Amino acid sequence: MIRLTLDGEALVLPEGTSVAAALAASGDDHARSDLAGRPRAPFCGMGICQECRVCIDGRRRLACQTLIREGMEVERTR
Amino acid sequence: MNERLPRECELLIVGAGPAGMAAACAAADHGMSVVVIDDNPAPGGQIWRAGPRVDLPLRAQALRERFERLPGLRLCSATRVIDAPAPGRLLVEREHDAGVIDYHRLLLCTGARERLLPFPGWTLPGVTGAGGLQALIKGGLTVRGERIAIAGSGPLLLACAATVRAQRGRLVALAEQSPWQALAGFTIGLWRWPAKLAQAIALANPRYRAASRLIEALGERRLEAVVIESLGERREIACDRLACGFGLVANTELAQLLGCALDERGILVDQHQATSVAGVYAAGECTGPGGSELALVEGRIAGLAAADQYPLAAALSRRRARWQAFAAQLEQHFALDSSRLPPRRATTLVCRCEEVTLGELEAHSDWRRAKLASRCGMGACQGRVCAAATAQLFGWAPPPPRPPLSPARIDSLLLAGMEEVQE
Ligand SMILES: Cc1cc2nc3c(=O)[nH]c(=O)nc-3n(C[C@H](O)[C@H](O)[C@H](O)COP(=O)(O)OP(=O)(O)OC[C@H]3O[C@@H](n4cnc5c(N)ncnc54)[C@H](O)[C@@H]3O)c2cc1C
Ligand code: FES
Repeated sequence: MIRLTLDGEALVLPEGTSVAAALAASGDDHARSDLAGRPRAPFCGMGICQECRVCIDGRRRLACQTLIREGMEVERTR
Repeated sequence: MNERLPRECELLIVGAGPAGMAAACAAADHGMSVVVIDDNPAPGGQIWRAGPRVDLPLRAQALRERFERLPGLRLCSATRVIDAPAPGRLLVEREHDAGVIDYHRLLLCTGARERLLPFPGWTLPGVTGAGGLQALIKGGLTVRGERIAIAGSGPLLLACAATVRAQRGRLVALAEQSPWQALAGFTIGLWRWPAKLAQAIALANPRYRAASRLIEALGERRLEAVVIESLGERREIACDRLACGFGLVANTELAQLLGCALDERGILVDQHQATSVAGVYAAGECTGPGGSELALVEGRIAGLAAADQYPLAAALSRRRARWQAFAAQLEQHFALDSSRLPPRRATTLVCRCEEVTLGELEAHSDWRRAKLASRCGMGACQGRVCAAATAQLFGWAPPPPRPPLSPARIDSLLLAGMEEVQE
């Protein structure tokens, strides 16, 4: 099992899980917010739409194309 | 942590789906040094995406194992091609670094993406692509006990339904826009491809409704229900997820950047899978959607041709023709009928990134004018979603792609220029 944090909350999930699936496993699958502050969540699942962009260890990444790693810090974006 | 990126190779393949893997095997078998660049975290492409919730078919496992053990292969997963800064050279980016790779020959196996058409409520969390939901499930998303509606068009809807069922999700709707006559015609025609007929029977689903129209998704901050019209009647169906897709669109952006000619289906290729640009080949769904069997045989032909093994490549052309005929059947029977596409509402967002509505776009005559006036397609996805949608809605020609092909870091982009200066 892999430990990571999402907006500071700890999550423990199986190896091979995508960050997009980790968002959903937290109980709130939104990745970013639109201009009016409404939530947006992973949509295409394959690296095209950019709806799943989050901040991973300080870098802007796509949640759907990134696998979780031990100690990873994920933050939702605006 | 990561191995260094390779600097050069004889054959550079972009994409490790069925086409890219088959091509790499064929070329490496004939002694070529091969580098494969793939954006996915592991080889397999869209159909054989690996993850904690996948049991790949045996044939796929065998191909993957053979591929990963090829002598002379360098596989760079989770790596994206972002530019073609000079002839014979690509710029790639990974999470922690970037680099340029020089090649003698290039093979594009970039696959296809789903055609995602706008409808009211499509930006609500809980709404995804149909292949998209499959990809998310393969990545570890659990849907057990969730109420799932699937709508749109194409065989991917059935594949998605099968995945949902296997994962113990509750399928509450499966709405296909094609009419029964077309679906029946398609199924009857399948006797020519017995494996596909068996697959169609295995995928058959009692919830399948033909001639259905997706009207809208409802919800406040998350999806709560979907409205679907069938046999002239509109029904509101409560659901936790809606998976929708309207067929596939070839990923041709890199090919366009390289100057390769396209046809109406995707990248234009000849009998050797060669594009209009010397030394550049293309295979699989980037040359037009057609399924994994066609992608596999095209990939092998391209790999052999890139290794100058023309007689061996020619020996596969009959098999390719057989699966091309299957692709043509798919295209014919799942053709989109605009009267059964979601209704056009002026307030529906078309560009999800820049939040541009259908009403704002309708006033314009082409993509360029619409973009200048509204910023449509200028957001993070660079029009990948909305340009395919406006092509369907308004018949607008999608804009030519510009580098970087996806949002990239400044230091990566500088690399292309700096490498050139050093030489
Ligand atoms: C989301 C989705 C789900 C699907 N699921 C199924 C299914 O369950 N069953 C089925 O029969 N068919 C499915 N299909 C159809 C499927 O695409 C084909 O059957 C088959 O995968 C096509 O193989 P391919 O090798 O041509 O391309 P793909 O399998 O699409 O592989 C293309 C690869 O290229 C990579 N790539 C693209 N651009 C770049 C770039 N710029 N830089 C680096 N890498 C890049 C992608 O990450 C991908 O790994 C799906 C299609 C999609 C879009
Ligand atoms: S969900 Fe579309 S890019 Fe990740």
